[in-house]
Amino acid sequence: MNNTKYILGSFGDPDEMMHGIDKLQENNIKIHDVYTPMPIHGIEAKLGVKRSRLDIAAFFFGITGTCTMLSFVYYAAAIDWPINIGGKAHFALPDFIPITFELTILFCAFGLVGSYYASTHLFPGRAPRVMDLRATDDRFVIAVDAKENTDHTKIDDLLKEAGALEVKHNERKYISYE
Amino acid sequence: MSGHNESILREPLITGTDITYAKITNDILMPVENKPNKAWWIGFIVALCGALLWVVAVSYTFWFGIGAWGLNKTVGWAWDITGFVWWVGIGHAGTLISAVLLLFRQNWRNSINRSAEAMTIFAVICAATYVVSHMGRPWLAYWVLPLPNQFGSLWVNFNSPLVWDMFAISTYFSVSLLFWYTGLLPDIATIRDRATGVKRKIYTVLSFGWAGNVKTWQRFEAVSIILAGISTPLVLSVHTIVSMDFATSVIPGWHTTIFPPYFVAGAIFSGFAMVLTLLLVARKVLGLENYITMFHIESMNKIIILTGSIVGVAYLTEFFIAWYSGSEYEQYAFINRSTGPYWWAYWMMMTCNVISPQLLWFKKIRTSIPATWILSIVVNIGMWFERFVIIVTSLHRDYIPSSWAMFYPTWVDVSVFVGSIGLFFTLFLLFLRVLPSIAIAEVKLLLKSASEQAKLKQIKEGHLDPTHVSEYVESLEKFDSVKQEEYAKI
Repeated sequence: MNNTKYILGSFGDPDEMMHGIDKLQENNIKIHDVYTPMPIHGIEAKLGVKRSRLDIAAFFFGITGTCTMLSFVYYAAAIDWPINIGGKAHFALPDFIPITFELTILFCAFGLVGSYYASTHLFPGRAPRVMDLRATDDRFVIAVDAKENTDHTKIDDLLKEAGALEVKHNERKYISYE
Repeated sequence: MSGHNESILREPLITGTDITYAKITNDILMPVENKPNKAWWIGFIVALCGALLWVVAVSYTFWFGIGAWGLNKTVGWAWDITGFVWWVGIGHAGTLISAVLLLFRQNWRNSINRSAEAMTIFAVICAATYVVSHMGRPWLAYWVLPLPNQFGSLWVNFNSPLVWDMFAISTYFSVSLLFWYTGLLPDIATIRDRATGVKRKIYTVLSFGWAGNVKTWQRFEAVSIILAGISTPLVLSVHTIVSMDFATSVIPGWHTTIFPPYFVAGAIFSGFAMVLTLLLVARKVLGLENYITMFHIESMNKIIILTGSIVGVAYLTEFFIAWYSGSEYEQYAFINRSTGPYWWAYWMMMTCNVISPQLLWFKKIRTSIPATWILSIVVNIGMWFERFVIIVTSLHRDYIPSSWAMFYPTWVDVSVFVGSIGLFFTLFLLFLRVLPSIAIAEVKLLLKSASEQAKLKQIKEGHLDPTHVSEYVESLEKFDSVKQEEYAKI
């Protein structure tokens, strides 16, 4: 029995790789994922990656920061320990704009980056799920699930035709595990 | 991205005609993957001596109190706050390059953002040490935080710009760190996948498991642009708030509404100067001439002329407004600055910040590496004097002539300052060894569109307007990393 789990088409050029994606998709071959050393613009539309909602999340994290700081400073300066400074207002809003702004940014940045790490499963010490070690260096790698797509020779041919420098048949999904 | 060619009217951002993706990785990781050379060791040992001096001087201050400094009853703020503002200012270029230039789609930022951001973080660390050591009782530093405490529910004074500053600097530091580290993840993964043994284990932990799949990259770009969007107002707010430490007081010479924009311009000015000071040396020592090109150097010099001129206009406006205000104290503060006992500091500031950057209008000067390097150091000296002038000359002759005094730094003042420079360079040199000094992934993005070889290919293919070609070839003459013979025949 064939033990190949994943077929990897390793390209040296991003345009050729994009061409390879088109070729596979024309032949109804489903692509598992693509690993690249740099962001490739326009690839998400081809692979059906949905638009990020991180911007919406960022907005709400920011608003949370604004409300947190304003309500806290209101509590501290006007309720908990009001100080009479020449009869001026306890809750002197213009004075509190800078710190409210800073907290808005702080909450927004940490919330945004935290959501990003959570949604893409990035955290310190996570075992890297790497299929081809050169995908972070100089190769643009298309991975095809070999169990779902059984016509392996056709996949090989399509990838080579599109300009793949190398086609690998991996028997393990991730080569980075020890 | 690569489907279309970039106009050859734009100067190349990567020079060299044999650059491949693999070569970019190899070139940039050269200092990380190999043993340091002699130049690095010499620099590191000198910097480390400086850092040790800093440890001694700061420990001395902690032990004996700030009486160890040259402060007196009249001049209660001097080298400490001068050093603080100087370092915070230097720290502004990193975020400016990574955030503002990203929003404006200035692709030349791609090869300088990483080290500029690292520089920001180290400069803010240096600035923060001043804040802590000038408190006198640094073990009570947490008192600046609005924490519930043992004195009942007495809060910090939220009306005080010093409290705002604590919020601003700590937000700035942590957001810059997040921005920098998130950008580092793909490059750390590159080191990880090429390393073996213990090194690989360490970089595996640091890389957060980055694999470079489509969704992660796409979200990565979304995060970068949003972080850039929020860091842009943040970077402006930080130095605005630093300037409010002075502007909201009632001291003549400090109580001016021009301070926020003037401080922000000055911060960008000194930050870019420091980036040039560091990168001109780093590109040579690390052999990165193909990635940090003459175009980058010239662009940074142009920003220095612009911000230097804004600072110059601010100095003159300040002077004019002092006269125009009709306030005797305000007028005296400025006359005293320029002609009083500290006239030399004032004119040093004027020469270094206003006059010498104007030399960069000459193309010969702004495309000369030695001249640029010297001018960048001159700007940093000038910006140190600017803070010294604002702080000490405004304080040393106050309202009662019997209390007028001069400020004389002690060896501790000098050592804390010189030591902080040592600390900064120690951190920067360590950074060059353990992390990629240029954003590898971002530079790779430029290879197929904005590189010299891509443009050369376009020229060889023909179909281009010959006047454009000759204009392009002419623009390459200033590049020290371009082989001019290639173009002699075109």
